[in-house]
Amino acid sequence: MKNNGGRIDRGLAVRELLAGRGDELVVIGLGSPVWDCTAVEDHPLNFPLWGAMGSAAMIGLGLALAQPERRVLVITGDGEMLMGLGALPTIAAQKPENLAIAVLDNEIYGETGGQPTHTSFGVSLSGMARGAGFSDTLTATDDEGLSRAVQMVLFGRGPVLCDIKVTQNASPLVMPPREGVALKNRFREALLGPDALKE
Amino acid sequence: MNPISDSDNPNGWPADIHRVFRAADIRQVGYVPDSGHAELIRLCTSDPDIVAVPLTSEEEGVSLVAGAWLGGQRGAILMQSSGVGNCMNLFTLAANCHFPVLLLVTMRGEWGEFNPWQVPMGRSAGPMIEMAGGTVYRAEDAASVGPVVEAAASLAFNTSGLVAVALAQKLIGAKTFGRAAGEE
Repeated sequence: MKNNGGRIDRGLAVRELLAGRGDELVVIGLGSPVWDCTAVEDHPLNFPLWGAMGSAAMIGLGLALAQPERRVLVITGDGEMLMGLGALPTIAAQKPENLAIAVLDNEIYGETGGQPTHTSFGVSLSGMARGAGFSDTLTATDDEGLSRAVQMVLFGRGPVLCDIKVTQNASPLVMPPREGVALKNRFREALLGPDALKE
Repeated sequence: MNPISDSDNPNGWPADIHRVFRAADIRQVGYVPDSGHAELIRLCTSDPDIVAVPLTSEEEGVSLVAGAWLGGQRGAILMQSSGVGNCMNLFTLAANCHFPVLLLVTMRGEWGEFNPWQVPMGRSAGPMIEMAGGTVYRAEDAASVGPVVEAAASLAFNTSGLVAVALAQKLIGAKTFGRAAGEE
């Protein structure tokens, strides 16, 4: 992998996170991270968001508390994470060991015209997570950083947050289903079994 | 589920709500503190079968209970009426995905309110929940709290939607100022 001026190819970053996937439960923040993750696999244990911006990390917390034996990954963008920053102290207070957040941080609102996000002005999401009391955090800007981030996200004692500085190229539009009830039901059926749909 | 007790209950209506939570198998309770919810928060925090999650802002609770439901657990959210306004965009999780979202809303800005800044959200909290596609039940006195919350929980979890119980300020006031539950 080449180093794109301190940025990691976003498609590569997501493939590294999800390739060879085990039994992780994945919540995906709206926008490009949804296309990136779906390009790897439209997996039933993905819960991709098409709205509710700012909710991904907290959905991850509710899921992690309900399923303490399963690894829960939240994969989201910097804009989405910035909209729900209160989740950082709320998660840190619960100390879920099975919860990891990976932020694909391209420093722009890529879906809305490329306006700069706060991280482009030097705001550090990993720094805020560290200040909140996450177990471990890092900002990844190169190959080695990505390798460490993948290890931390998949295996580190949670809660962890990795801010992965990624390229600003648009992601290929690989879309999952859009209908919310279908996304919810396929996730619950895959995780809890067919009787979950009768509850 | 057993019938929920009445105003003779020495522990009052917060204990009635807690009993409904237990009977409904609610396992995650997100809250932003309110004096009207103080006793219920204590009961939930000390219950080993419930994870009580302090939130920095109420909308986190909507996401929390959505995630809980994805993972096979039921949740509820405690807030005061001003917090409803913070939730509006996140209520779309309930509208789009039919997540069950049960809110217990202590009302401010109505019965004998001292603080004028509480009045606007006191007036608009209920209509906002309805605009978001939710149903609002209301409890005006201690004896009705248990049955109303029980009915709201049944509606939320059996029909997978946004359901709120507005706990009237008349009820909260009776508690805050040290009068016996139900006494007016």
